[in-house]
Amino acid sequence: MRTKSFKSGTWIARAMGALGLAATVSAGAFTAVQAQDRTSVRIGYAVSATGPNAGGANMTVTPNYELWVNEVNAKGGLALPDGSRLPIEVTAYDDRSSAEEVVRAVERLATQDKVDLILPPWGTGFNLAVAPLMARHGYPHLAGAAVTDKAPDFVKRWDTSFWFMGGGHDYATALASVLQSAKADGKINNKIAMISVADGFGIDLVKAARPSFEEAGFEIEYDKSFPPGTSDFSTILSEAKASGADTFVAFSYPPHTFALTKQAQVASYNPSVFYLGVGAGFPVYKNISGGQMEGVMSLGGIDPNNAANAEYRQRHEEVLGRAPDYWGSVLIYASLQMLEEAIARVGLDRAAIAKELSTGTFDTVLGETKLEDNQLRNIWWAGQWQDGEFVALSPEDRAGAGTVQLPKPAWQ
Amino acid sequence: MKPFLFGLLVIGLLAWAPLVLNDYGTGLLLGLTGYATLATAWAMFSGPTRYVSLATVAFFGIGAYTVAVLSETLPYPLVLVVAALIGLSVSLVVGLATLRLAGVYFVIFSFGLAELVRQTVTWYEVNVTGTLGRYIFLPLEARHIYWQLLALLVLTLLIGIYMRKSRIWLALVAVGDDEVAARHAGVDVTRTKLALFALSATIITLVGAIQAPRWTYVEPTIVFNPTISFLTLVMALLGGAGKLWGPIVGAIPLFLLFEWLSANFPNHYSIILGGIFILIVFAVPNGILARLETLGQRRKGEAQ
Amino acid sequence: MFEHLINGLVLGGTYALVAMGLTLQYGIARIMNLSFGDTVIAAAFAAYVLFTALGLSPLLSLLIVVPAGFAFSYGIFSLIMRPLVRRSANSEALEVDSILATFGLLFVIQGVLLVLFGGNFTSYSYLNVPVDILGAVVALNRLSALILAAVLGGALVLLLMRTRWGLRMRAVAISASSAPLVGINVIQTSRMAFAIGGALAASGGVVISMYQTFTVTSGVVFTMKALIVVIMGGKGSLPGALAAGLILGLVETFVAAYIDPGLTLASTYLIFLALLLLRPSGLFGKAS
Repeated sequence: MRTKSFKSGTWIARAMGALGLAATVSAGAFTAVQAQDRTSVRIGYAVSATGPNAGGANMTVTPNYELWVNEVNAKGGLALPDGSRLPIEVTAYDDRSSAEEVVRAVERLATQDKVDLILPPWGTGFNLAVAPLMARHGYPHLAGAAVTDKAPDFVKRWDTSFWFMGGGHDYATALASVLQSAKADGKINNKIAMISVADGFGIDLVKAARPSFEEAGFEIEYDKSFPPGTSDFSTILSEAKASGADTFVAFSYPPHTFALTKQAQVASYNPSVFYLGVGAGFPVYKNISGGQMEGVMSLGGIDPNNAANAEYRQRHEEVLGRAPDYWGSVLIYASLQMLEEAIARVGLDRAAIAKELSTGTFDTVLGETKLEDNQLRNIWWAGQWQDGEFVALSPEDRAGAGTVQLPKPAWQ
Repeated sequence: MKPFLFGLLVIGLLAWAPLVLNDYGTGLLLGLTGYATLATAWAMFSGPTRYVSLATVAFFGIGAYTVAVLSETLPYPLVLVVAALIGLSVSLVVGLATLRLAGVYFVIFSFGLAELVRQTVTWYEVNVTGTLGRYIFLPLEARHIYWQLLALLVLTLLIGIYMRKSRIWLALVAVGDDEVAARHAGVDVTRTKLALFALSATIITLVGAIQAPRWTYVEPTIVFNPTISFLTLVMALLGGAGKLWGPIVGAIPLFLLFEWLSANFPNHYSIILGGIFILIVFAVPNGILARLETLGQRRKGEAQ
Repeated sequence: MFEHLINGLVLGGTYALVAMGLTLQYGIARIMNLSFGDTVIAAAFAAYVLFTALGLSPLLSLLIVVPAGFAFSYGIFSLIMRPLVRRSANSEALEVDSILATFGLLFVIQGVLLVLFGGNFTSYSYLNVPVDILGAVVALNRLSALILAAVLGGALVLLLMRTRWGLRMRAVAISASSAPLVGINVIQTSRMAFAIGGALAASGGVVISMYQTFTVTSGVVFTMKALIVVIMGGKGSLPGALAAGLILGLVETFVAAYIDPGLTLASTYLIFLALLLLRPSGLFGKAS
């Protein structure tokens, strides 16, 4: 990582550096990195490597940070407006899944390590915990792994924050609309059995889902939440089965998603629609379902014909030895690509980067990408396993969307 | 008079520190003061009675949650008062029911209590209010939180000093040594224990309440994190739970050690931390303070 | 109704299996082992590796992992616990010491697993086939936990009750301070109990890995569940651990079915706390 790619001799850069130094000195703070002997761009992050959040963070966030840094450095570093390149130097901390720890780690990155840029932690709660700090120290905050309906409010509060994963309402209404057309086609009845994990994610989704489903003409026959520590779903599944609903919806986390799949197979529970939460889009889901993932629905999805995305997935597997998930990974990666492009256009001035992120148009794995009110909106909201790929279904009118295949084939 | 002036000087220096430190320094002091207060408050009950409590996070979480629920509706100082009152009443109810349990049964009970509170709060939020995560947008920066914690720590220590000069203290030590004997000697064991438990729990509740605005977003998994109970216990035991300064003497090096390890060895943090823990148990069985005292006595003995 | 009963018993089988090891370690060896759940998880990872890399059936890997768990715990006791047992003046001091030392051990095991396996959710599918018990359908892998708990529990109870070796164990459990008076080597007996506890933890880990998703840090969940079961059943009592484990499983299932799945864990703790207040020495414990 410490390759020497610093190009000397551009006096403009030096002069700019001197000016920058003068500005920081007059502001009363000495920055550790002086621009004229800058040999790298220092990027820091604190993501959960241990504790309850590690499983999610280690799937969606950390691998993409590593992949991106690896790729950028292989190219010789981050391109700057003058055409020179600076390698990335990483400072990574483990927040140990503790809110206090993530706050202090970001304080450390900002005021002790004085890194140039800070990448966000995993999780809605942790992104919110660090948001005020990021804003106060002027770091653009590319909140990747955070699902929240309140993003518009947060953008008002912290105008250098950017939200890449949409909110519970988006996912719930997208699902409702997919189900509504299936019902109109006579493929499913008007009953839904729905369960949700009792934490921020599950509650956000289920709260949005109730009115959406009812509006779409469904009756929610079974509607329960379960504690995050639950590992046995046999009772829940038998109640759901007894409800007579053709549609089973679970807003769940990976351990629950996996357990629900295994136990539904054992119980021969075969609803026409089997929709699960986080984890159904993980590559490991193929093994967990014993190769029977066909027809299972969840959040996210990809367009199998999108070449850029396919190439991204291939690189992810080559560099890290494992495939990315089908929902958040590509969004996080796209946010990093946007950051890279923004730096190439405006340099390392953080305010300028934030402005560019907010107003610019970027070319990412998602295609041409532009944020709306600091939020990424061209997200695939719902998908389904079809022929070994997790195919995006919604928004239905977006180019590349597949069509839902119902009923889901019965478990063998 | 001298120790009093010295104390004032130290407090003054500590209060002044965030004005010259950067955010990270202040954050560090904040975390340190938080744990020092937790450990001192914990030892206030558990030190003399030798009841090992894992309920710390139950009260810490109650405090934090109260702030999250009320921060929009009540003025901040009033929110703190309400939090303290809730902590006090819960601890009285719990204390009345459980303080006759002894030994490890109390340990497990206190842990179960923390989990029960967390599960109940979660269930209530999910089914009754329909919001699980709550936002705290109070205009409090790290140093404001730190100053409050510092004040609370000083108060806790003052209570500790006062207690040690009172009759109650003897009664408590008697409970720790032999509850039956203490009872026969006319000590109202139950009432003393209950008072201590409530006092300690109320302070812990306040620590949670004061620290909550730092996270902006609060949900049960964040504020009822059982690690808090364990760390508090370990810090107090390391320093020596029976002594006034013991918990602080334990909290400072451990907290700094955690910080140093997570900054420098993020990938091997757990292994090193665990190793050090085991070493501590072997090297300083009765707490650092007791160890220092024996060393001091030995040196005195050698000098004579 | 009957279906819930079976589901509850199967769920309780997992709890009982895990808790039996801890009750031996805590009741006889007097070590309050906070790293117990991490031993379970380490075994789960071992089974996972043997299954995915070598294609070894988890049931066969029991033959490797369980002795490994025994050896590991035997070593840990000799290395870390023995000095603590030796130096402790009374059970209370040993309790505090063992809490602290095993708390450290918990981090070490977690840290090593983290370096080896990373923080991923780990899960695979084995014996995930339905078994019909008089109309109630359960997964064979889950059922195997219940069967294993019953077999191991039964065998150990017989050993403890019918052999001289078992008599020594029970003597140490009842009074570690007076056992030496009748010629019992307390350290040796404790070490054996601790190691058997580790072997039981390993067997639990292997079985659980077949149906439950785990990460390197999910050990603490098992420690706590096991602790609750142990205290409910009375420390050191194998029948107690079995009964308490099954009761917990039944309670969770019935609460999920008839009250609200959101209250399953809350009800666990409520029952536990109530029992603790009414019968502090546990279901099968002797009143002290």
